[in-house]
Amino acid sequence: MLAKRIIPCLDVRDGKVVKGVNFEGIREVGDPVECAYEYNLQGADEIVFYDITASHEGRGVILDVVRETAKKVFVPLTVGGGIKTVDDIRNTLRAGADKVSVNSQAVQNPQLIKDGADIFGSQCICVGVDAKAISPNKWTVYINGGRIDMGIDLIDWVKQCEALGAGEICLNSIDTDGVRGGFDLPMLKAVVDAVSIPVIASGGAGKLGDFAEAFLKTDCSAALAASLFHFKELTVGQVKDDCRSKGIIVR
Amino acid sequence: MIAIIDYGAGNIFSVKNALDFLGVKSALTSDPGEILSADKVILPGVGAFQWAMDKLEQSGLVDTVKKAASEKPFMGICLGMQLLFDKSFEFGEREGLGLIKGYVDRIPDTGLVIPHMGWNKLEYNRQCPLFEGLGEDEYVYFVHSYQAYCGDEALNAYVEYGSKIPAVVSDGKFVYGCQFHPEKSGQTGLDILKNFVSLREG
Repeated sequence: MLAKRIIPCLDVRDGKVVKGVNFEGIREVGDPVECAYEYNLQGADEIVFYDITASHEGRGVILDVVRETAKKVFVPLTVGGGIKTVDDIRNTLRAGADKVSVNSQAVQNPQLIKDGADIFGSQCICVGVDAKAISPNKWTVYINGGRIDMGIDLIDWVKQCEALGAGEICLNSIDTDGVRGGFDLPMLKAVVDAVSIPVIASGGAGKLGDFAEAFLKTDCSAALAASLFHFKELTVGQVKDDCRSKGIIVR
Repeated sequence: MIAIIDYGAGNIFSVKNALDFLGVKSALTSDPGEILSADKVILPGVGAFQWAMDKLEQSGLVDTVKKAASEKPFMGICLGMQLLFDKSFEFGEREGLGLIKGYVDRIPDTGLVIPHMGWNKLEYNRQCPLFEGLGEDEYVYFVHSYQAYCGDEALNAYVEYGSKIPAVVSDGKFVYGCQFHPEKSGQTGLDILKNFVSLREG
């Protein structure tokens, strides 16, 4: 059987790993290639670079980061953020990424999912979805980093993503993101039940047991976290040991 | 020197990166002379079987590949491994390189998600020099929808995914195939590549 995956995410701006700290602004916390290498040593099953570079000129930098990382990290690499066209997908894969994660642009232009899957294969197209509850067991999809409510039903959207050829869904709950009280299990369960493609849990991990809880209470395939790993509160190895001790299959 | 055959079938840079990381000299090449003079040869590949065979034929490399595989260690990776077999039924029947007995067809539908994508645990079936130094709990990274169907004599390791999926195959002489991506399989994958490049030649 497939092992459950633990995925550290690196937020990258202008080629540096950054992290928002207590709403005081964004702080640089390191070199993405070095951070990725460290996560690799800890046993990360995959590494996600989320590019939050605002300027168009900065776009090429993330490709250099991927190119350099691919020389010393031999696990799948995913790049998200700012991927708008088939050419963006092609350039990212050519730089050494194994997958791309498309988010806002896919909501505004679902054809991007289909074109990407048709040309490069479903396995390289992950759709990142930001969603927020409007009532119990009902959620809507947001874009632009959780700023704009598109009024689209989450379950309808993830089913559409799957039908268009998405290989995977990375589900981020705006309600639990940053709260550190655990993943949004009701939302996660609803999405896992709605699609047959793998679902990555994102947003909310705050302590060691949160990862195992997501795997034990839902059929999600992977769990992703950023700050917890960035600030060295936990290592990927510790998370895996905890999962293993609870009977979850990890690498 | 390791020749990595470049016939336009993608993902060859990660194989080269892994060999560079191991400090092993390699070249991406479609030159028959270079392939035949290399110490060992790797046939990578991502995509569809027919398309890849077309590419190999258009590059005039089919005979070169067969000759190389008969005289020195030769490894097919992912689709490159599938090409080693007699034939495939992906989008219609198509003849392969015929270096290992067997064929390629869809992963049987057992209710699990296809493609088979992610980390799965190697189950050893037959001793193989590629396994030197590996432990009991080794996971490797897969991405594929088709699999090999071969006899027990060619099957060195498999993984469980609803059914048994061949993971490492060989012809008992020079030819090896990995369905997974050793270049994306962390330390385990690097160890397997290292074992391959350390094989004695001829």
